Amino acid sequence: MNWKEFILGKLTWNDLPHEWFTLGGTGAFVVLAIGLAIFLTYFKRWKWLWNEWLTSTDPKKIGVMYIAVAFFMFLRGGLDALMIWSQQVLGASNMPGFLGAQHGYLSADHFQQIFTAHGDIMVFFVTMGFLFGLINLVVPLQIGARDLAFPFLNSLGFWLYFAGVLLINMFFVLGGQFGATGWLAVAPLSELQFHPGVGVDYWIWSLQVSGLGTLIGGINFVVTILKMRAPGMTLMRMPMFTWTSLMSMMLVITIFPILAMTIALLTMDRYFGTHFFTLNNGGNQMMYWNLIWMWGHPEVYVLIIPSFGIYSEIVSTFSKKKIFGYPSLVAAAAGITLLSFAVWLHHFFTMGAGADVNSFFGIMTMFIAIPTGLQIINWLFTLFRGRIQFVSPIYWFFGMVSTFTFGGMAGILMAVPPIDFQVHNSLFLVAHFHTTIVGGALFGIFAGFTYWFPKFTGFRLHETLGKYAFWTWLVGFFISFVPLYILGFMGATRRLDHYAASTGWQPLFLTALVGICILALAVGIQILQLIVSIVKRKELRDTTGGDPWDGHTLEWATTSPPPFYNYAVIPEVHGRDAWWEMKKQGTAHKPVKYHDLELPKNTPMGIYIAGFIFLFGVAMTFHATLFSLIGLFGAVTCAFIRAFDDHSEYILPAAEVEKIENRLRKK
Amino acid sequence: MKFHKGLLKSYIIGFVLSIILTLCAYLPVVYHVNSHHENLSHITILFIILPLAFVQLFVQLLFFLHLGQEEKPRWKLSMLVSFFSIVLIVIVASIWIMQHLNYNMSFIQFNNLMKYGEGF
Amino acid sequence: MTVKAATIPTKEQIEEVATDKTLFGFWVYLMTDLLMFAVLFATYSVLHGSIYNGPSSNEIFNLPFALTETMILLVSSFTSGLGTLAAHEKSRKFVLLWFGITFLLGLAFLGLELSEFSKLVAEGNSWHRSAFLSSFFTLVGTHGLHITTGLVWMLICMISVATKGVTKSMVRKLTLLSLFWHFLDIVWIFIFTIVYLMGAL
Repeated sequence: MNWKEFILGKLTWNDLPHEWFTLGGTGAFVVLAIGLAIFLTYFKRWKWLWNEWLTSTDPKKIGVMYIAVAFFMFLRGGLDALMIWSQQVLGASNMPGFLGAQHGYLSADHFQQIFTAHGDIMVFFVTMGFLFGLINLVVPLQIGARDLAFPFLNSLGFWLYFAGVLLINMFFVLGGQFGATGWLAVAPLSELQFHPGVGVDYWIWSLQVSGLGTLIGGINFVVTILKMRAPGMTLMRMPMFTWTSLMSMMLVITIFPILAMTIALLTMDRYFGTHFFTLNNGGNQMMYWNLIWMWGHPEVYVLIIPSFGIYSEIVSTFSKKKIFGYPSLVAAAAGITLLSFAVWLHHFFTMGAGADVNSFFGIMTMFIAIPTGLQIINWLFTLFRGRIQFVSPIYWFFGMVSTFTFGGMAGILMAVPPIDFQVHNSLFLVAHFHTTIVGGALFGIFAGFTYWFPKFTGFRLHETLGKYAFWTWLVGFFISFVPLYILGFMGATRRLDHYAASTGWQPLFLTALVGICILALAVGIQILQLIVSIVKRKELRDTTGGDPWDGHTLEWATTSPPPFYNYAVIPEVHGRDAWWEMKKQGTAHKPVKYHDLELPKNTPMGIYIAGFIFLFGVAMTFHATLFSLIGLFGAVTCAFIRAFDDHSEYILPAAEVEKIENRLRKK
Repeated sequence: MKFHKGLLKSYIIGFVLSIILTLCAYLPVVYHVNSHHENLSHITILFIILPLAFVQLFVQLLFFLHLGQEEKPRWKLSMLVSFFSIVLIVIVASIWIMQHLNYNMSFIQFNNLMKYGEGF
Repeated sequence: MTVKAATIPTKEQIEEVATDKTLFGFWVYLMTDLLMFAVLFATYSVLHGSIYNGPSSNEIFNLPFALTETMILLVSSFTSGLGTLAAHEKSRKFVLLWFGITFLLGLAFLGLELSEFSKLVAEGNSWHRSAFLSSFFTLVGTHGLHITTGLVWMLICMISVATKGVTKSMVRKLTLLSLFWHFLDIVWIFIFTIVYLMGAL
């Protein structure tokens, strides 16, 4: 290996941006970065940003950062979707292609990179990001804890997620290609034989790095929920969102090692010439699909189970009743969690495992519908005879019931192997999973965001705009995806860069494109809602002292926003719906005696370690050995330094606590 | 130096048991191999060495990792049980599924299909 | 362990809760590591027969060699336990003694493993040869990488103990280290059984 290869690896001048999309992407980032820099300099907020936000170990701050980054990735993923559908509309006509493409305006290879990126971004960086944000914000408050079990690891987990975000966007700047393999980079397409460039390597490192962050976060949440609950809060007294977060995080810690190792095996094939999934020397490609779906299926339950918890909270709060059938809801969530490990083969019924294997997994897949349906029944029974308040979170819930049920029924259809053979990998499948994830997980995230927004900011989101956003989402969603169900039944295979005009399908694609434009409008209304709410925050202010919805669970006991240490004194819990009980008993605002608090210091170590690992990821993508070693060595050294740092906490004196409490409660 | 008597005993018992269990698994296999695979069928050997491995697992969990001695609630034990079940699912189900996939299309057929497009 | 009543926790209680959390968190991490090995075991089982005209398992594994490695690791697991006991007694001398022996045994284990690997590579049976060899080298190699990490960790801990003595945080770190080391020995039981013993059949 000569010196140039040792330092720069495969990097050449050609890897700098020179195509329209790489120039566009790089340009957008540069503009964003410069804009941000100007903003921070003009308002003199550099130090504030560093001290108050970036180096913080406060889960409330980290949660907001997760949500902010996830939102930006949401815009990028949505842009990918717009590109996909505009390509389909243009490609399904007799028009000749332009911008160098044979059909439409995207070449087949570019189109494949776009749908790959769309999938990875939406699953890993948007939904997981939003969820980690919400769980960070809400769960410590709900269980009466001051922080997570490992505050530093929380910060590290976020920065690793951010490093993953940078890695998945890095190809715009260096390399110019992402994997063109579908979001799970199926072997042997992702092997060196068919993908010699850096595209799949970017896929590998962005997912490994963010996956490490996710795993660390998962361990953190599980230990927190099991070990740091307030005295008196037994497991069966926990709020539903905490329960579902626990289940989701238990799934995360069990499945992300599988993903990490499977990607590592692919990495070994690509970097070290092993033969796990290659076409020659005995590789077994089907094993890749087996392993990756062992991760992939429980992953979709990771995404949706917390949203089920959000719906439970919302339904019970806004019907002014205790949730109906709490033990059965917990059992249902547990059932879904356990069953999610027994169904993964339904992603490859057609791979040829034979009738025995297919029928086992088909039956297990059908079983999973039962606890899910049970949950919906419980929510409906909670609403029954409740005094329902029609605020936008409840709208999202009703949106979920219609949408998710629709998608779920499509799923039951596909659980039957013979039927699946007809619609496997068709647009019917695409419609199914979008309906369940958007209708189930995403609507829940929107609902939760609206519900908990006043807790962390002190003012509510603009209600009317929220309702407009909801209706636009619902209408846009159905207009986008019902055509896909139809197209799937008619035989449209997924992932094709164009469908011949002779199919006559262009009107359906056009309908879907109209739907997506409506969805873009919906997101625009949501952004508008946020801006308007901030501008009108004095009118929308929460004047109830922290409990605008008359909530049931402990987070509503704190002020809005809560002090950075959450609770000056950890509350004692005597039943389910702890805060509601306290209000009924009249013990809600008992004066307390304050004491010194031991709290974690801010630390830049998370940023440094993630920074080194980001360097490692980019260097490994280009096989630049020197920088890989620097990145690895730097990360490990920083980790050891941090591990031997015995002074990571400070004492907040009782007098300070009292001052903060008085100031917050006087508002 | 004074040791916590109970813990020291625990390590010593675990150590001795592990050595015995390892040798009990090792010797039959060597016997089988040295007799040119004539004595002791493969199935018999599997039925000896696999259970022995699991017994040694329990021995080490109990005596080295002190697993039974947590105070309630026994979270470490619950975690171990859950993860171990998943480990079993991962390994056993993978073998079951992959064997079936290989049954319906043998490796040679698959190889020919991939290289020359033959078979289907 | 949670603070039972809503009283002000003492410094000892805070310390105990922190240690308990850390030990449990590390235990959960070990469980995730176990799952990664499970994937490797599953892959090894599936690819065991994919020898692609190369050597099969009963042609390349040396049973007495594997037994030696197993015994070395077992003894080192025992001595690491003794080292943990010494740490709880805050005895600097015996911590260094027992972890020193563990370190040397671990090094010997690595040496034997590396010699086995280099012999195979020299014969032309590297991980490039077949899927079976890829999965063998990766499974056993990953275990070896974990051992290496443990040894580096052990060295840093011993240096810290030699210079600063057995502090409270050091006791916690050594407990975590020996947890890790025991875990690696447990994984090795299964590598020994499934790879070497079953491989010889």
